[in-house]
Amino acid sequence: MDDTILEMRRITKTFPGVTALEDVTLAVRRGEIHAICGENGAGKSTLMKVLSGVYPSGSYDGEIFFDGKPMQFRGIRDSEANGIVIIHQELALVPYLSIAENIFLGNERRGRSGLIDWNFANAEAAKLLASVGLHENPVTPVIQLGVGKQQLVEIAKALSKKVRLLILDEPTAALNDIDSAHLLDLLRALKEQGITCIMISHKLNEITAIADSTTVIRDGRAVETLDMKSDDVSQQRIIRGMVGRDLDSFYPDRESSPGDEVLRIEDWTVRHPVQDRMVVEGVGLSVRAGEVVGIAGLMGAGRTELAMSVFGRSYGRDIRGRLFVHGREVQARTVAEAIDNGIAYVTEDRKRYGLNLIDDVRRNVSAAALDRLSRLGWVNGNEEIKVAETSRKEMNIRTPSVMAVVGKLSGGNQQKVVLSKWLFTDPDVLILDEPTRGIDVGAKYEIYTIINRLVAAGKAVIVISSELPELLGMCDRIYTLAAGRITGEMPVAEATQESLMELMTKDKELVG
Amino acid sequence: MTSIKTPSTERPTPPDSTPTAALHGGTNDLRALVLNNLRQSGIYVALVVIVALFAVLTDGVLLSPGNITNIVLQYSYILVLAIGMVILIIGGHIDLSVGSVVALTGAVSAVLVIQQGHPWWIGVVAALVVGVAVGAWHGFWVAYAGIPAFIVTLAGMLLFRGLTLRVLDNISLSPFPSEYQQVAAGFLNGLLGGEGFDAFTLLIGAIAVAGYAVSGFRTRVARIRYQQPVESFPLFVARVVLVGAVLMYFAWQLAHARGLPIVLIILAVLVLVYGLLTRRTVFGRQVYAIGGNLSAAALSGVKVRTVNFWMFVNMGFLAAVAGVIYSSRSNGAQPAAGNMFELDAIAAAFIGGAAVTGGVGTVVGAMVGGLIMAVMSNGMQLMGIDQSTQSVVKGLVLLVAVAFDVYNKRRAGTAR
Repeated sequence: MDDTILEMRRITKTFPGVTALEDVTLAVRRGEIHAICGENGAGKSTLMKVLSGVYPSGSYDGEIFFDGKPMQFRGIRDSEANGIVIIHQELALVPYLSIAENIFLGNERRGRSGLIDWNFANAEAAKLLASVGLHENPVTPVIQLGVGKQQLVEIAKALSKKVRLLILDEPTAALNDIDSAHLLDLLRALKEQGITCIMISHKLNEITAIADSTTVIRDGRAVETLDMKSDDVSQQRIIRGMVGRDLDSFYPDRESSPGDEVLRIEDWTVRHPVQDRMVVEGVGLSVRAGEVVGIAGLMGAGRTELAMSVFGRSYGRDIRGRLFVHGREVQARTVAEAIDNGIAYVTEDRKRYGLNLIDDVRRNVSAAALDRLSRLGWVNGNEEIKVAETSRKEMNIRTPSVMAVVGKLSGGNQQKVVLSKWLFTDPDVLILDEPTRGIDVGAKYEIYTIINRLVAAGKAVIVISSELPELLGMCDRIYTLAAGRITGEMPVAEATQESLMELMTKDKELVG
Repeated sequence: MTSIKTPSTERPTPPDSTPTAALHGGTNDLRALVLNNLRQSGIYVALVVIVALFAVLTDGVLLSPGNITNIVLQYSYILVLAIGMVILIIGGHIDLSVGSVVALTGAVSAVLVIQQGHPWWIGVVAALVVGVAVGAWHGFWVAYAGIPAFIVTLAGMLLFRGLTLRVLDNISLSPFPSEYQQVAAGFLNGLLGGEGFDAFTLLIGAIAVAGYAVSGFRTRVARIRYQQPVESFPLFVARVVLVGAVLMYFAWQLAHARGLPIVLIILAVLVLVYGLLTRRTVFGRQVYAIGGNLSAAALSGVKVRTVNFWMFVNMGFLAAVAGVIYSSRSNGAQPAAGNMFELDAIAAAFIGGAAVTGGVGTVVGAMVGGLIMAVMSNGMQLMGIDQSTQSVVKGLVLLVAVAFDVYNKRRAGTAR
């Protein structure tokens, strides 16, 4: 039964100054789903790039055996010719091309004349779509599909290449729970068809649900491979392997003693910027000093849209409703006005909306409150360095210097830079949109500790998160949002994942 | 309040240790210093190499007093344009119209001064007003109507060339009164006397060197006070001596030709002002922030439209300054004046290290980039190389400079 399809032996890969992988050995059985997990920067993606030929043979040490034969891939095309296909975390589809065009991109089906036979291609694509359970017309442009469906198109594309070993890098990171569940079902179905699957994931509940074995990678080494069936592996067990220590309580304890109300919105309504529909409708919520309030909602529920419309009308049009800060009604028509009123918004996608990646830590930290460092338009550069240094120490930003370019920091440290930036504006209320997305377990814990320090200092915090355990672990009170409306509000003591999910899917017919 | 925020009002506490104690911790490794700043130092090295190359190829004529004066007079307007251009490029924009705006502002000035007989300064003021108006026009379309700068200024290039022809009635105007000619062709000479050389020019040179040394030292002291890494003291002295020597040599050569060109004073003031504007002011920071990540800047409270608008107004102003200098130098206004100036200014910015994607670049870099182009043109002219070859060489240099930049960035990207 132990039929090994892939064996990577003693892989070592170094970059100038860093050893990304050291002596990693990985064996994958035929027809299994093999999970790979580890903290960010542990070397998971590097290992998969070695396997798929992104790093060509010769740029690393060690051997790869596929189906018992030694392989030397010079590039992606080599590995794909052998049936190894990788789907990256950031999907590689061309938005304006159709589903069929994307599926056969670089692999076009040519007729006898040398021209592409689109009828044949579309028919083939339709068959592939059916096999991944996606009911869309193959001529539909990919841009019209949601992320979940785009993921399925990627898998269909892999199937078109006669895939035998499918590698998925964080396949469900951007998916909501329903799309994630559908994807996991599909992976099980592919397994039935004999396709072997390697899945990199942060989501331990998915790993325990679907994987046959799990390899844990830490600091560029393969720490252990767990047999999920025989060993009865728990999430705690995997976490222990990843971080090398037990996290006895994942969320730091906090004394909760909410004070006066800091922010309240009433009857908040936002129209989509281009389409003629309401994204947020009649929302009312409030948050008090020293309180953490959660907003739970599926993707498309309007969470980010709500937050951004409150934050200086950065999203949508026809925004109506009333906004109160410390009981006084305020107008926050621009981001600058919102900041002046003590509101800070830490964006969901820090690379696209939160940071100037090509600039250094210092200037990113000061970016939202330069006026506090300047007089008559002149910036005090030395004072700025001091501020950044203070942030670096207090937020524990791991960087050799505040002059280091932010783009080179890890996700967790980048997030700490964004938090530093907003804390320097000295806000009364912080809206944190997915504050721990894509960062490793250790950094998550640090972010939680920072949030606790803020509420202890009397700040009001709103957390938007897709991870229900995170909301349950961090918040005092949780609102649920569905299809742009508040569908529930409860103290955390009364909330469970099941009760929240029920409220989040309350208006499902409207969401779909 | 919270332990995390830092009150900006709190004054820095000077460390107990004396500055000399901190000096030993300074960056001593020259090689590391150069390598760390390859992107910036690369162009200085390139300038030195090119100057040396052409000095040899022209048997030293390149560095003769008369020729150095010539280079300053001939390329000053390109350098003025390059200042505005690099700011736009940092902000993620471009301006293709500056050549036409140079022509238009010169034409307006010429009509007022030459045709209608107004005093010279009316012409200068009118040119500046027209330049600012043109900049506001571009700024409106880019910042408030949301049209890409490439399109807006391409339209402006045609539009303002057409207006130039209209203003001039398709003919050249000439000559300007002598006061107006002084802007580009005038010299400060003999103010303090001197035997065979101009003592005043040397004095200005010495003041510049002293200013460089003092401001460098003050920055250094401040950095030490804030416990920031600084270069080692000998290295600092070496840098000041080197820059000082180059400046004094330059002044010495000018002093032995016709003295201090007025246009050089204009240029020096502009470089100083805009160097500080980009590095030390909130406006400058916001330009870099917009070019680096537009969305992040907007969500950090930067008034993106306002900043974009003023970037273009500023470009219009500087194009008018260049227009005045150029019309003064050519002693008149021609319908085809300023043709292709935009390309020289853009090339200067990119050779000087500005990034095609925005967010990166410096005024000083653009000046060095402009000087590289200037020295190459001048050197090749002295050698009698024909126009076609000059064009080919300049094109290749621009391509190599940007390719080097892209290569550098890619290397930095993979070294993670």
